[in-house]
Amino acid sequence: MAQLKKILAGAMALCMAGSVLTACGGTSDSSSDAGTADAGTTDAGNTDGGSTEVKDVEPAKTDDLVNTGKVYNIYCWNTEFKERFEKYYEGVKDTALWDGVEVKWTEIPNKDNNYQTKLDDALKNQNTAADDDKIDLFLVEADYAMKYVNSDAPLDVIGEVGLTKDDLANQYKYTQDAMTDSNGTLKGVSWQATPGLFLYNADYAKQVLGTDDPTEVQAAVADWDKFAETAQKMKDAGIFMVSGYDDTYRCFSNNVSAPWVTDGKITVDPQIKAWVDQTKEYSEKGYNNGTSLWDDAWKAGQKVDGKVFGYFFSTWGIPFTLLPNTVDKALDDGGAADESNGGYGHWRACAGPQSYFWGGTWLCGAYGSDNIAITRDIMLKLTCDTDIMASITENEQDYTNNKAAIKKLTDAGYSNPFLGGQDHLSLLSEAAEKIDLTNKMSAYDQGCNEEFQGAMKDYFQGTVDYDKALETFKTNITTKYGDLSMD
Amino acid sequence: MRRKTISYAKWGYIFLIPFVVIYCIFSLWPLIQTFGYSFLDYVISQGSVTSIRGGGADTIQNKGFCGLSNYIAVMKSGGIFAVSFWNTIVLWLVGFIPQIIVSLLLASWFTDIRLKLKAQGFFKTVMYMPNVIMASALSLLFYSLCTKGGALDTLFGGPELLTKVWGARGVVGFINFLMWYGNTTILLMAAMMGIDTSLYEAAQIDGANPTQVFWQITMPLIKPILAYVVVTSMIGGLQMYDVPYIIGGTAGNPNQVLKTLVSQIQLGKNSSVGAVSALSVLVFIVSAILGFITLKLMDDNSIKTRYGKKKKK
Repeated sequence: MAQLKKILAGAMALCMAGSVLTACGGTSDSSSDAGTADAGTTDAGNTDGGSTEVKDVEPAKTDDLVNTGKVYNIYCWNTEFKERFEKYYEGVKDTALWDGVEVKWTEIPNKDNNYQTKLDDALKNQNTAADDDKIDLFLVEADYAMKYVNSDAPLDVIGEVGLTKDDLANQYKYTQDAMTDSNGTLKGVSWQATPGLFLYNADYAKQVLGTDDPTEVQAAVADWDKFAETAQKMKDAGIFMVSGYDDTYRCFSNNVSAPWVTDGKITVDPQIKAWVDQTKEYSEKGYNNGTSLWDDAWKAGQKVDGKVFGYFFSTWGIPFTLLPNTVDKALDDGGAADESNGGYGHWRACAGPQSYFWGGTWLCGAYGSDNIAITRDIMLKLTCDTDIMASITENEQDYTNNKAAIKKLTDAGYSNPFLGGQDHLSLLSEAAEKIDLTNKMSAYDQGCNEEFQGAMKDYFQGTVDYDKALETFKTNITTKYGDLSMD
Repeated sequence: MRRKTISYAKWGYIFLIPFVVIYCIFSLWPLIQTFGYSFLDYVISQGSVTSIRGGGADTIQNKGFCGLSNYIAVMKSGGIFAVSFWNTIVLWLVGFIPQIIVSLLLASWFTDIRLKLKAQGFFKTVMYMPNVIMASALSLLFYSLCTKGGALDTLFGGPELLTKVWGARGVVGFINFLMWYGNTTILLMAAMMGIDTSLYEAAQIDGANPTQVFWQITMPLIKPILAYVVVTSMIGGLQMYDVPYIIGGTAGNPNQVLKTLVSQIQLGKNSSVGAVSALSVLVFIVSAILGFITLKLMDDNSIKTRYGKKKKK
């Protein structure tokens, strides 16, 4: 008996020790050779985005694209693309390609570079990961798109994924410029163009300005001086012009003369400083409600009686943020899509004081993917197909990246019930044409934007002066990005 | 040759293997690595992605040994240690002082032989309850209560606590207090219940009042546990991260007072590896020193003399 106990105890100890030493598996080393085109250079520097033409390469042949994986891995940071995917792609997908393949979503929140860090870690293992763990498709946002454009992780949309220039012809050029590296290789495509507008509460417009007509309201906010005048009127009526400190940020940050980072040095552009000065003034005069982006109080202002006149939003802001925040009952839960439901139909759009863009999501095929044929199918249908693009815009209020689709809708007399029947697409089309990303983006934008807004909040609240807030920003940003310096 | 006794010692060591191996791989080795990194000019570029097709640039920029320059950079005025160290200490004290007072009070009430409080089990559970909730969940709750436009502002006409230096510190301190006072109370109660009741009875017969009993009998006899509570709480306090981060973000608003040592490590861990390693080492050293001082202060010989043992000379 004692012998048995000894043996048992020894066996258990060995098992436990053994389990500790077991290596983590996954060593299938299949290299997918779908990519024939030369990989883009990976200069860690900051090539100015959006200046190179997409070069002519032979599109990859459809028959050559690999499609051996059983799991299609998608990396993203919110549900926006997933919703589009499920609603507009599942029904029309190439079932032959998807036979036996299931989609796996990996959703990692964007905040504090979380998504980027996790994505980078996963991409690093593309060559060694098990086939079903390899990323097939990943999403990038405008604030850090440059980082991936300058790397060799994304597949060449034309040379390796197999889309043709004809397929891409209807897309806005800026959406391609942003994703084209210095060699002219297109690294990603988007289903949306993200021109920005000023969305305002029509009830307050009527109450204070006497009209809710977009043209006349636009006249009242045509430039920053007029904007401030209207803000004063709003304030007298007990209404905040904008909700918080960061609302006007993108108007300025997208009109900078140089990106945040040049040659490893961080500079605060005069436009960014202009935002600081303006926001400080607005805070002191009570033109804003002192909220921060995405806060509960910020969202509350989007109710029809939220005491906030307007919000700066890009196209995705309408379906993804404003609409869910303003209605009393979510449309998915059976809320009525008419004016009885909270703020539905109580908002209008105008161009605002300064043209800008905000955000934008691009799809990138990942090098090492074993389902490139599916990637091609998704890109083709969700970013190039005019009919699908048109129905997304029509049903979701999203401004899709397809000039033909938008034209088709506006020609047919588009009207948006959420905006009280207004045709905001024409406004967006106008704004979209003005977007120019040349020399405005760097790979570090997300961290810079977040840390700068965070540090300046102290200044706006009157806790510290500007120099102190700038000093805080400097400490934070150089810790977050150890490879950068700031004077 | 016959052995006189059977030794089971080897089984002790065999059963320890899993722990020791795990500890060495996941704790000791990283610890040693951190010490090593803190002397390197080691930065990971966040502006690029590791090349996966071969031949591209690497994101790791390791320029090798750089002496104490990481420590100097971290400790200079305005550096991440200088900013975050006192904040961390203040945030810990704001939570710990009320916590230890309330816990001592509750523990002595619950163990008082004359009070004989009923439903002790119920109260112990209730007091321990906040500790069961995740710190981040509790912080989010308080964030939405105290943030601009939150319930507190609506009720009291907008004190906007989180925009004020001491308001923000108070909220963080209160959350820590709420989470840990139950735990501390239960530890102290265990210590107090271990005290021989005949001592209390003798004191009563001698005519000592409750205050005297508390300071002359209870306190000296729970000192070992009290020292344990102080040291563990202090080490926990130095590692404070989730609560201040959720309330104040990476900027640690207002006026950086919610920046803690660990929040700075978290901020820089993906990029400034050398610098935050130096900071980690400093946290290690500071914890060790503070722990040592506390134990020394707590370790007077009153307990030993009371139980009739001679002081060692």
